Formats: sequence, C-alpha cells, structure tokens
Amino acid sequence: MATTLLGTKLGMTRVYNAEGVSLPVTVIQAGPCVVTQVRTADKDGYTAVQIGFGDVKPRRSTIPVMAHDAKAGTTPKRHHREFRVVAADVAKFSLGQVLTVKDLEGVLFVDVIGTSKGKGFQGTMKRHNFKGLFASHGTERKHRSPGSIGSLASNRGFGGGLKKGKRMAGHMGNERVTVRSLDVVRIDAEKGLILVKGPVPGPARGTVEIRPSVRLYKPKAKKVAAKAG
Amino acid sequence: MAIQQIIESINETSLRRDVPRFDVGDTISVHNRIIEGNKERVQVFTGVVIARAGRGITEMITVRRIVEEQGVERVFPLSSPKVAAIDVVRRGDARRAKLYFLRERAGKSRRIRDRRRGMSQVQGIPTSTPAAPAAAAAPAKS
Repeated sequence: MATTLLGTKLGMTRVYNAEGVSLPVTVIQAGPCVVTQVRTADKDGYTAVQIGFGDVKPRRSTIPVMAHDAKAGTTPKRHHREFRVVAADVAKFSLGQVLTVKDLEGVLFVDVIGTSKGKGFQGTMKRHNFKGLFASHGTERKHRSPGSIGSLASNRGFGGGLKKGKRMAGHMGNERVTVRSLDVVRIDAEKGLILVKGPVPGPARGTVEIRPSVRLYKPKAKKVAAKAG
Repeated sequence: MAIQQIIESINETSLRRDVPRFDVGDTISVHNRIIEGNKERVQVFTGVVIARAGRGITEMITVRRIVEEQGVERVFPLSSPKVAAIDVVRRGDARRAKLYFLRERAGKSRRIRDRRRGMSQVQGIPTSTPAAPAAAAAPAKS
C-alpha cells in the first residue's frame, strides 16, 4: 500500500551495509499517522487521504480542528497533510486508521519533503552560486557583487526595467524543498524509524513528509522493476 | 526516548566493541577484507598508528608503513566490517596525538621508542582480536 507519512527528522549518522560500505543516513521517526479524512469522488470530486501527525495540547488547537480529528476518533493533531490516491486504492484507507512505517516496508526509494533551514538575506554568491567578481585586477569593494544585472532591453524585457525572475540577493531558505529518490536503507518498525541515504531538508526535530518516489532515474527504476518481479 | 539515544541505538548495530586497546605510536596489523568478484581474502597491513580521529561509529585510524623506501598511509574506519581484525604488534611511546612529523623523517629518526610510560595500564589488556570471524559476523547480523 503506497502511503505518505509525516515524521520527525532526528539527525544523521552512518551505517555499514552488507558489503562493508559506509552509508550516510538520515534517521526519521515516521508516524504513527492517523487517517483523519478520506476524500472520495462522489463527495469531493477527487480521491485523496488526509493524515494527522503529532499530538498537540487541546488548548493550543482550535475547536474546528479538534472536532475534525474527533470524527476520526483521535486526539487533536498538530500537522495535517493530504495525499492523492488512485480511486481503486481509496477503499484501503478508513477513517481513524493508523499508518506506521510498516506501511512503507518494501518501498525501495522515497521522496522526502521538508522546510529548509532559513538562511536570512543572502547575496547572490551563496543564494544562486554566482561567481562574484575578481579578487584583484583592480576590483575594489565589489568582490562578491553580482556584476551587471542588465542593460538596455536586457533579456528582451524591453524598456522599463528588467525581465522578471532576474536572480538577485534576497531571502534564502525556509522554503518547501523536496529531495527525490532517496534509498531506504533500513526500516525499524518496532521503534517507528526509517533510515534514508543522504541528507533531507530542515533541522533536526523538523517535520518532514515521506512518500514513495514518484519518478526515478533508470538504474533505480530497474531495481524497483526487478523487485516487483 | 531522547533523540540522541535513538541515534546511538542505531550506531550500536554497526559499532564494534572487539577492537583491542591501542594508542597512537603503536605498531599494529590491520587484517583487511578484500572482496574480488565473489572471492574474499584477507590482506594484512602492518604499520605505525599515526592518528586516531573521531569517536564511536566514525572513529578512523591512520596507519603508516614504509614500502620500498616509500611511505604508504591508509585510513581505516574502526567499525567497518571490512576490517576483519586488528593485532597490536608493538607498543610505541608517542608524546603527541598526531605523529604527522614522521612523514618528514627518514632512516633511524623514523623509529619510535618502545612504550615506557604508562605500561602498567597496558598490562593484561588483550593485544589481538579474539575469534575474529565471530566478531565480524555480529554487526552484519543486526
């Protein structure tokens, strides 16, 4: 059953696989998530499942949210997310059902979505990997500047200024980031942990969303196909 | 469970506890598993430990030996299953934590004095890995 889970990023460490190769892994405590709403074609015009994750004190929640979660027979949840499922699969989910990492067992690759660490107002070198100007050759006080941002009719934006979307200095980070096709290294159903290879967005203790990979590069897609038989 | 404890419990599954006690300056033999195709053999690399870095699961050692008048250094992760066993060949006396100065030395000045200080602490501590195959199987199982 393909499912999306919400979890808490705990941090990174390394594990050794059967070949003795050291793998950098991120430890995520995923679930338990409660199905708080099932959207059906009849009622909502599309099929999806809404899940809730993480307890919140009732006085920190609102009455509409508490009532909504109470319908699923659970305590108020802090985070709610909806994910699409195909019409055939929607019957596999029922209100109040608890989803855990066990539901991700057998999945080889996952996408992890999180909110990246905020970096504040950053220049173009850090934010967009610009090269900056020369270190010497007469450059004065302009070493990290973006250089020219355009001239007359630049980028065919024509008079009146620059074309929209010109990359400049500004706020960096603290945005939704998806990392795709991470290897699932290990799933510990007892502790509710999932270990994925490589880093995931956000700080430790940040909330992340885990879903089976939606698109894979060929070598990884082959592995999935081989496993499916 | 606190976050750090959970991560430690994951480290526990790969962490080796059968590594004998040795310090920087000691001469050790690292039995290194080499997999060629489907064959596996063990290669022994003997040399002086010139650095230990990291701790726990990330601990690394740098071993230096002289092959045909050419210095060769290898870095081994201590917890790697590829390290089959470690034997302590000789206890050496080192006054610093990193012996990078040995890279500049040649001939007699390259030698390290036998351990004189702190020998009392070393007595009775095993100098080789007991039952290496069993120990190597343990991290793979979990």
